[in-house]
Amino acid sequence: MSVGLEHYLALSAVLFSIGLYGVLAKRNAVVILMCIEIMLNAVNISLVTFSRYVVPLLLTGQIFAIFVIVVAAAEAAVGIAIIIAIYRSRQSVDVDKFDLMKW
Amino acid sequence: MEIGDFRLLAPEISLLGCVLLVILLDLFIKQKRILATVSIAGLIVSAGFTLVMWGTPPVVILSRTLAVDAFALFFKFLFLVVAALIILASQDYVNKFERFQGEYYALVLISAVGMMLLAAATDLIAIYVALELSGISLYVLVGFLKDQKSSEAGLKFLLLGAVASAVLLYGMTLVFGFTGRTCLMCIADFLQGMPATGILDNLALLLGLILLVAGFGFKIACFPFQMWVPDVYEGAPTPITAYLSVASKVAGFAVILRVFFVALGAPDWMSLNWGMLFAILSAITMTVGNIVAIVQSNIKRMLGYSSIAQAGYLLVGLATVGMATGSDTSGQSGLIFFLMSYAVTNLGAFIAVIAISNKIDSDAIDDYAGMGRQASLLAVALTFCLISLIGLPPTAGLIAKIYIFSGAVRHGLLWLVIVAVVNSCISAFYYLRVVKVMWLGVPPSKEKVPSSWALRTALAVCCLLVLLLGVVPGSFVSIAETATRFFGS
Repeated sequence: MSVGLEHYLALSAVLFSIGLYGVLAKRNAVVILMCIEIMLNAVNISLVTFSRYVVPLLLTGQIFAIFVIVVAAAEAAVGIAIIIAIYRSRQSVDVDKFDLMKW
Repeated sequence: MEIGDFRLLAPEISLLGCVLLVILLDLFIKQKRILATVSIAGLIVSAGFTLVMWGTPPVVILSRTLAVDAFALFFKFLFLVVAALIILASQDYVNKFERFQGEYYALVLISAVGMMLLAAATDLIAIYVALELSGISLYVLVGFLKDQKSSEAGLKFLLLGAVASAVLLYGMTLVFGFTGRTCLMCIADFLQGMPATGILDNLALLLGLILLVAGFGFKIACFPFQMWVPDVYEGAPTPITAYLSVASKVAGFAVILRVFFVALGAPDWMSLNWGMLFAILSAITMTVGNIVAIVQSNIKRMLGYSSIAQAGYLLVGLATVGMATGSDTSGQSGLIFFLMSYAVTNLGAFIAVIAISNKIDSDAIDDYAGMGRQASLLAVALTFCLISLIGLPPTAGLIAKIYIFSGAVRHGLLWLVIVAVVNSCISAFYYLRVVKVMWLGVPPSKEKVPSSWALRTALAVCCLLVLLLGVVPGSFVSIAETATRFFGS
């Protein structure tokens, strides 16, 4: 059995779900940020896969993936900066404790 | 790609140049007010370029990634006006952060550039990058005060926003995988050629569509992605709250309208499906927003829930666009007119709140007691904007609601319009409570509430526009109708 389109897509779907689970279940803001990166990388896998199997002559998917990587880096930088700012005032990165504002 | 393409990007490029100038001047200039002047000058120049291009035939540039059409130009102009009013309204507020005023103006301008590109983007990659350009600068702005509430709001906004953009990306990937294209017009061509089976037979496309709605739904704060709104609105600096609730939401609607109408609007079996999806989301969104708004005691949170409810009314327009088959564009023009009226009204309300809160240093509705005597003009302006949000004459809100609802009735969404009208009646309760507290409450002191000329100018512009849209809507309606001209429609 050779590895084909559906295997890569399954890998991507599983990774995406693991990331989403982590975002919903984890309490540490840094870990949540890592889980978001997992979700974005899952997207990259499926982008490259689709590009390879659906439009093998074009590089659209690969270029899209590069854009995603760049934007993810920017997002992570801002994320870490905000987490540091909040850690300085609260001495904690536990999202359960960030409940100053509630309905 | 040609060099001439960049000429058509003059509004964005000139604004980016202005951003660099602001950052550079910030290093040398002690008098920070000059930075605000430079920013506003940059916005005016950019708006000038946009106006010059109005009326030129629509084209797509840079390998079909950006469109320069009436739709994009209209929204670019709207974002520029909103950004200028926000900078005017920030004049008192920026004294709270002595050190980083240059960065503040630069970030507001950068996110305006992101939104302008978002309204023009016709390619999934460009849409994603523009969305993040406006999004990431807004994450920073929300956490700008660096106190506990503001950082908490920034963190919540960032984490939820990043998840939403990952979900959106997965949806884009599925659409790309299904069609093999990223440009919206190419996707439309592909879908036109498909056999007219139900959307339920194309699971990948269905899932992609749902994920797209989820990702964009975060941006416009529709149910069930509205949870971030009250917390972020409460914690963010008030001018940024206004910016989020107006510009960011309008940009979200602009991009949804383009993606769904241009790329997914063509075969009727497709547009009827997402039209109905938006209709259901609309009914739930406005009900949730209005009912929870009733119990709020903080005016920023109340306006947050009210903006969720307004997103519900706006979704009526999107549902109409989906249900309308054929060449009827009343859904689009109704939505654009409502966006115009919502932008000026909500901005006016927030600017009045900025002016009042700046003085009394509180966002609690009870502390607004007697504001009618302490600051009559501000109270009149706030009352006027709240009346427009309810949708009473002689304001923009009434005309916008009539316009958008009449389109919906014509396309078989009578049930949705009934839900919306009932909701408008519910909303009158909490808007009028603020009015009652302001005019009938007993003021704690006789002291007047002063405000700077910049704030007054911004507020006056907003109120004037609310009145004009309500009294002489004709010319604005024709602008909205012109703005429905997309490239490729």
